[in-house]
Amino acid sequence: MISQEDTKHIAKLARLGLKEAEIKKFQKELSSILNYFNLLKKVDVSNVEPTFHPGENYFKERLDIMRQDKAESEKPEKVNKLIEAAPDKKKRHIKVKAVFK
Amino acid sequence: MNNLTISQAHKGLLEKKFSALELTKLFLNKIKKQDKKISAFLTITDDLALSQAKQVDKLISDNKKIPILAGIPLAVKDNILVDGVKATCASKILENYIAPYDATCIKKLKQPGAVILGKTNLDEFAMGSSTEHSAFSPTKNPNDLTRVPGGSSGGSAAAVSADLCCYALGSDTGGSIRQPASFCGVVGLKPTYGAVSRYGLIAFASSLDQIGPITKTAEDAQIVFKAISGKDKKDSTSVELSETRVSVKLKDLRIGIPKEYFIKGMDSEVEKIIRQAIKKIQEIGAKVEEISLPHTEYGLAVYYLIMPSEASANLARYDGVKYGLSKSAKDLLNVYLDSRAGGFGDEVKRRIMLGTYALSAGYYDAYYLKAQKVRTLIKHDFDKAFNKVDAIFTPTSPFPAFKLGEKIKDPVSMYLSDIFTACVNLVGLPAVSMPVGFAGKLPVGLQIIGKPFEENKILEISKVYG
Repeated sequence: MISQEDTKHIAKLARLGLKEAEIKKFQKELSSILNYFNLLKKVDVSNVEPTFHPGENYFKERLDIMRQDKAESEKPEKVNKLIEAAPDKKKRHIKVKAVFK
Repeated sequence: MNNLTISQAHKGLLEKKFSALELTKLFLNKIKKQDKKISAFLTITDDLALSQAKQVDKLISDNKKIPILAGIPLAVKDNILVDGVKATCASKILENYIAPYDATCIKKLKQPGAVILGKTNLDEFAMGSSTEHSAFSPTKNPNDLTRVPGGSSGGSAAAVSADLCCYALGSDTGGSIRQPASFCGVVGLKPTYGAVSRYGLIAFASSLDQIGPITKTAEDAQIVFKAISGKDKKDSTSVELSETRVSVKLKDLRIGIPKEYFIKGMDSEVEKIIRQAIKKIQEIGAKVEEISLPHTEYGLAVYYLIMPSEASANLARYDGVKYGLSKSAKDLLNVYLDSRAGGFGDEVKRRIMLGTYALSAGYYDAYYLKAQKVRTLIKHDFDKAFNKVDAIFTPTSPFPAFKLGEKIKDPVSMYLSDIFTACVNLVGLPAVSMPVGFAGKLPVGLQIIGKPFEENKILEISKVYG
């Protein structure tokens, strides 16, 4: 069972402003899901490497795909649409709450 | 003009039995009349569809050769971007979000003249197995309106099953194309990881997500797969495919039946129908043998650790600043907290919490890293099996479509819906769900898993049941 304090901490890390009732609900639900994961304790993984990506073995040579660190220009219509999507803006700038006082 | 497949509709257009405009209007009218009871669609794109159809008719009247997908109406899962059309992911946080560009797969379909009818319902952010987690409305199974269509591509599968489109696009992270295809009685293909570009698919779990077709026949799935697959420089995990159509000699075919996929507690009707399907291919001449995938029982736990971990990172982008729902608050932190709390539904919050927990200091090794190591063992199981066999047959789901509301209150029991499909995503293999029978009036799907990039082979095999 994970504690209420831990649940609150996780919610804060996840940037979810949960209500007290939600914290209680998720505390219970997460505990039961985490309990299910105890199944994995049975598996011996000593000397086993992790697989972070399904392509790691099938297509190894394709894993490291790099491009030049150069900005690619986009058509102005697309740029306008991206700016248009922002909830708060001033002309062509996206407004964000001040980070520093 | 009922229940047309892609090839039949194409033939009809070539023979001028109907125009692309007539075909499109037929579907749009059907959607308007019949979708009220199914709720497969979130957005209907009349204007786009009609203008696309007119362009194809122009080509036909000019006696130009048209590609097979030209003028054929499809539906698109609402987590795939279509330029200028809403892409809600069935979430309040993207309720008014308009896609600023086309996903690569959409570009590849528009180019030969596909007709987009609308966007289909899903579990919010594709998180779920019933489409009940849609923030807008649950979709109902056309075979039985008291039951779920499966999920998360429930809207797409229901739309194809109810003949509200010729075919549809879905996405599959742990079974989200195959399980609804099975529940609705249609064909659903999850391609090999990397076969279809993910550019323009709203990211959920990036090492697992794949876009794929939901169709009425295996042949149609081959047609759509061919059109949408291939290398895309905007998705560096995408690859160029060399394989084209393959011919399969059933007599040379070795099929593996993993004993771990016939579990206690699975529906007896489903088991009977799957066993009959296996017998059928054996009678035609394929060699069938029992195999073992010993780490199967850990698959679901591994999936439910890796998927939420990746989701919690991907969904960090919804910050109330760049796009989507934004709640005003006294400072930036509270903009984040309130926008995310107000915009995400329960299941999305649950998975973000779970993923954040599995990745947090002190738990990373025990949960996330451990899961990635067990994933390696699951992969070894499949590698070993595919040394002996060409394809693996399993049920797509241990049970047919369940009742609306039956599992919604119990997350763990809902998660068990993915038990036969999730391992395939963990190792990136292609798999198809093919309808092979009915339990009462409820369709049952056979899952055929193939070697990497052998989509066409498993679809050829599927034709045995077509």
